[in-house]
Amino acid sequence: MSIISESKDFLDQTGQISRFAGRFFSHGLKPKFEVKELLVQCYLIGYKSFPLVGLTGFIMGLVLTMQLRPSLVSYGVQSELPVMVGIAIVREIGPVITALIFAGKIGSSIGAELGSMKVTEQIDSMDVSGTNPFKYLVATRVIATSLMLPILTILGDAISLFGAYIGVNIKSVTNIRFFFVQVFESLSYSDVLPAVIKTIFFGFAVGLVGCYKGFNSTKGTQGVGRSANSAVVLSSVLIFILDLLTVQLTNLLGLN
Amino acid sequence: MDMDKEITAVQPTQHHQPISEPVIVIENLYKKFGDNVILENFSLSVKREENVVVLGKSGAGKSVLIKCIIGLLKPDKGKILVFGEDITMMDEDELATARTKIGFLFQANALYDSMTVRENLEFPLRRHWTSLGEAEVDKMVKEALENVGLTHTSDMMPTELSGGMLKRIALARTLILKPEIILYDEPTTGLDPITAREIDQLILTLQKKYKTSSIIISHDMNCVRNIADRVVLLLEGMCYAQGTYETLEASSDPKINQFFK
Ligand SMILES: Nc1ncnc2c1ncn2[C@@H]1O[C@H](COP(=O)(O)OP(=O)(O)OP(=O)(O)O)[C@@H](O)[C@H]1O
Ligand SMILES: [Mg+2]
Repeated sequence: MSIISESKDFLDQTGQISRFAGRFFSHGLKPKFEVKELLVQCYLIGYKSFPLVGLTGFIMGLVLTMQLRPSLVSYGVQSELPVMVGIAIVREIGPVITALIFAGKIGSSIGAELGSMKVTEQIDSMDVSGTNPFKYLVATRVIATSLMLPILTILGDAISLFGAYIGVNIKSVTNIRFFFVQVFESLSYSDVLPAVIKTIFFGFAVGLVGCYKGFNSTKGTQGVGRSANSAVVLSSVLIFILDLLTVQLTNLLGLN
Repeated sequence: MDMDKEITAVQPTQHHQPISEPVIVIENLYKKFGDNVILENFSLSVKREENVVVLGKSGAGKSVLIKCIIGLLKPDKGKILVFGEDITMMDEDELATARTKIGFLFQANALYDSMTVRENLEFPLRRHWTSLGEAEVDKMVKEALENVGLTHTSDMMPTELSGGMLKRIALARTLILKPEIILYDEPTTGLDPITAREIDQLILTLQKKYKTSSIIISHDMNCVRNIADRVVLLLEGMCYAQGTYETLEASSDPKINQFFK
């Protein structure tokens, strides 16, 4: 019984979020645009997340390399280490880990911010002050997350590869140029492009879910906390679902 | 219901003579949330330069009423004419234009807590009147803060201010566009009697200065006595009775009487 009601809830919510997304495309993208607020949000969302993304990316590249090495050594192909790590980072681990970190940091802060604005009537107050809150708050944030996550992913990938280089270097001294030439020669456009494009959708999901949860926040500290929390949970799940869909799609299109 | 007629028949004594043309006319308003009926056949009109106080129990629908007037909530049925134009029929742009003439003081202030006091005041100015220059904006912000006696707070954050100060800043933000109609949602609730009286005085002074018409929601009988030209009782979703403070106070209907004890 509870499984039925839970899946009903889930479907309900999916429907509402789709409607929210529809509103974004039908209303949010119409002029006049809130350009100044968009730039502010890009700064807050992109620039402020960079240190965290950089740090986690670096550690991930380093650890991944150290973990992979013994297996490669046992097959006697440790010279392929940069290629293996490079493909793993660029195609899958970089985008997904960056997106999850992003969901944790940005999804929750959007959910909490808009949630508390909602319950203290600041959103109504904007409406009264001649500002469409959907354009001013939602559209700017969703566009900013969709634009910033791909950029953060590319930067994160680069730092991650640098971490991998350090990881390779711990056991066998390698020339940094030689390392990166080896990585880049093994990568083709069909590795890089789909991986970057999917992060646009990841970013869109994080922004949209955060805003949706905030706009539908219930009263009280608990309500706001719940919006922040469920924004992170739902957008993280969505990131994996989208990842699954994109891998199928790129397979179908023969991009692998 | 006889009572209603008897009381409305008495001409209210005005503090200042309003020009009789009404600025707000509400006709047969209905609003419900799910099965919860809030407003049922509510009608009211407000004349130019008149202060109408709306009394009613907590949860009676007073906030809902003025949110319908400003277009934040859509009524299920009925008309709301502001300067002769129906708010309920307006699209987003028309509504934005109409709202430049209507000030709205939120019950819980609704100041933007991510912005300084100055930015809070600038927000409606810059959003409604996009062509204003820096100097003009500066001047209007300064004037608005002077009106409420809080010029020194302009660079503070709302979280650094006390409850009464917040209320006054919210009032300044409401008044900064020099609206012709102001809707106050409980301007003095939760304040000490002295600050409350100051706010009452402020409302009266500013009302004289800018010649505004207002609807004021209040539980504070001192405030009602001080500023009401006319008192309206919102009961069971309707305009149950209206008249001057004195006539309603003298009423023998227990439903009216309970508010004046
Ligand atoms: N957005 C909403 N959705 C559902 N119900 C609502 C909504 N807004 C108000 N209500 C309900 O409408 C009723 C009237 O609310 P309102 O805020 O107008 O009361 P009020 O007269 O202003 O009371 P108070 O003096 O306590 O502020 C309440 O029962 C409230 O639960
Ligand atoms: Mg109220």
